Amino acid sequence: MFKLISPVVKQISGCVLVAGLSSQVWAADITGAGATFPYPIYAKWADIYKTKTGVGMNYQSIGSGGGIKQIKAKTVDFGASDKPLTVEELNKEGLVQFPAVIGGVVPIIEVPGIEPGKLVLTGGLLADIFLGKITKWNAPEIAAKNPGLKLPEMAITVVHRSDGSGTTFLFTNYLSKVSVDWKQKVGEEASVQWPVGIGGKGNEGVAAYVQKVKGSIGYVEYAYAKKNKIPHAALTNADGRSVQPDDVTFKAAAASADWKKAPGFNLILTNQPGSDSWPITGASFILMHKNQEKPAQGVEVLKFFDWAYSNGSKEATDMDYVPLPDALAQLIRAAWKSQITDGKAAIWK
Amino acid sequence: MSSTSNRKFLQRQRIYDSFFQNITKFFAFLVLATLLGIIISLIIGAMPSIKQFGFNFLINDSWDPVKKDFGAWSPILGTLITSFIALFIGVPVSFGIALFLTELSPLWMRRPLGIAVELLAGIPSIIYGMWGLFVFAPFFSDYLQPHIIEHIGSIPLIGLLFTGAPMGIGMFTAGLILSIMVIPYISSVMRDVFELVPTMYKESAYGLGATTWEVVRYVVLPYTKTGVVGGIMLGLGRALGETMAVTFVIGNAHDIKASLFMPGTSIASALANEFTEADGVLYTSALIELGLILFGITFVVLTLSKILLLQLRKAEGSQS
Repeated sequence: MFKLISPVVKQISGCVLVAGLSSQVWAADITGAGATFPYPIYAKWADIYKTKTGVGMNYQSIGSGGGIKQIKAKTVDFGASDKPLTVEELNKEGLVQFPAVIGGVVPIIEVPGIEPGKLVLTGGLLADIFLGKITKWNAPEIAAKNPGLKLPEMAITVVHRSDGSGTTFLFTNYLSKVSVDWKQKVGEEASVQWPVGIGGKGNEGVAAYVQKVKGSIGYVEYAYAKKNKIPHAALTNADGRSVQPDDVTFKAAAASADWKKAPGFNLILTNQPGSDSWPITGASFILMHKNQEKPAQGVEVLKFFDWAYSNGSKEATDMDYVPLPDALAQLIRAAWKSQITDGKAAIWK
Repeated sequence: MSSTSNRKFLQRQRIYDSFFQNITKFFAFLVLATLLGIIISLIIGAMPSIKQFGFNFLINDSWDPVKKDFGAWSPILGTLITSFIALFIGVPVSFGIALFLTELSPLWMRRPLGIAVELLAGIPSIIYGMWGLFVFAPFFSDYLQPHIIEHIGSIPLIGLLFTGAPMGIGMFTAGLILSIMVIPYISSVMRDVFELVPTMYKESAYGLGATTWEVVRYVVLPYTKTGVVGGIMLGLGRALGETMAVTFVIGNAHDIKASLFMPGTSIASALANEFTEADGVLYTSALIELGLILFGITFVVLTLSKILLLQLRKAEGSQS
């Protein structure tokens, strides 16, 4: 919650300053709307980018669903979504899609007597807990995975997001990949019909419930858990190793992904192979029209993300996101060149 | 000379008058047009969902964005239950407050107490929500809920309402927070109407040897029942539509459980939660239909209260 405030204030003060200096700058400002998860880093990048180039970026974090609607309606220069669109959807709407930044989701717990990061869960256990099949912390399934821990005999309270969210999408996508039962009963979406549990609004809502209710388990985006020092659980990844969430394991997940074989960059980074990969990792995506009616605006958008890929890594890392690997950025630039046109020629050269 | 200027003056006045009248009429009709516009746009927005689910939407308790199967039963139930709890607690307390302020309190205490109660109404609802989540819910789950679950939870039938894990949040907490929010509305209306009772009536009753309770029961209440019912309906209207405070503490689960300590959802909180990321036509339209239903419920409550008040007034007329 708080991390949102300072970039906004900066952005507003930036706008005021620039408006005072020159009115021409407004003509070149780019607009975007969509996912809330990458908003802090987009705002930060926009802030720096404006001081460097004078081009402002106005991003409204109205949610992924809203971002997709807005770009379809062409009210913004780009849309942003945590859930990638399929190639069919992209072709139907004449859109291109590319990732902008990577982040992770972590399970957070409030179990008396268990230190942060000590409890290890597998994807299957996580699915069974969120399905309501495992209801006590000292259940034999959890104990078998955590031989050294003294698990209390306490009811598990499941906490999930009550609002639709890219975080929920990544989480349920992961559970669907690791549990057939979950896939059949619940499925994957930005909001789902939860079999059990209570819902909190936003990362802060889930975190508040988890911290208030003894014996609870929830999930939040990594940056939020880290900043607020909320105890997390470790997860067993696709290679069978227990990993802690941090920038190393997120990067490992991103690096092991084969983007070349993903048309439209339609790739969700959950349950990636690799011994160090954090299993619930995901990219946040940008959507643009293939055929740019205002090519000058389109070029400004591409310039912005080009700059962010080359120069925005430090800010991303500082804010606990993972910048895209260089190889991936090259692939994206190639895609811009081959796919985005003003009707005749490519606008990115 | 003076008569023509007088006539001119009057004519101008008449033009001003009709101008003023038309402007006020325009404003009044603007409200009506807005109301109609909102209803129509809600109906249009809800059309895909109405076509898809029909009447079944009202009684279907599923809310599954993945399978695109939506029903309003659990939010409707949650809205009604939390509002009922709010009135169940709020009405007696408000009655007590109003009674104390008008009949029993020493004179010097009336003003400060009255202002304090009215100030409660001025607190933004999100503050109630945060207070409920961060202060009340932990206290409730640590100190009160375990005892209630242990002692009342074991009574047959009624006990079913008070079972489950002590989480501090849920339907009951939402109802309780709502009751605090409606108390200032109900109690200030009650106080205002109690004050309207002519002193002569009350003094006469006291003179005949009536106790304070008897005066309230047989003089004050009969004289003011329309106002009292109106105040309660005002509170109910507020409770039905309250969004932020409820979203914080209700638990936001599209579930129907017998226990009041379990999480639920209300129409307003479901809308606040899900609108931003509602993906696809059907999901959005199901949410809009929820809004339409809330509109309908509020409309029915207000209409009922008006009818009730009209009948009470008629009955009063025949008595005197």
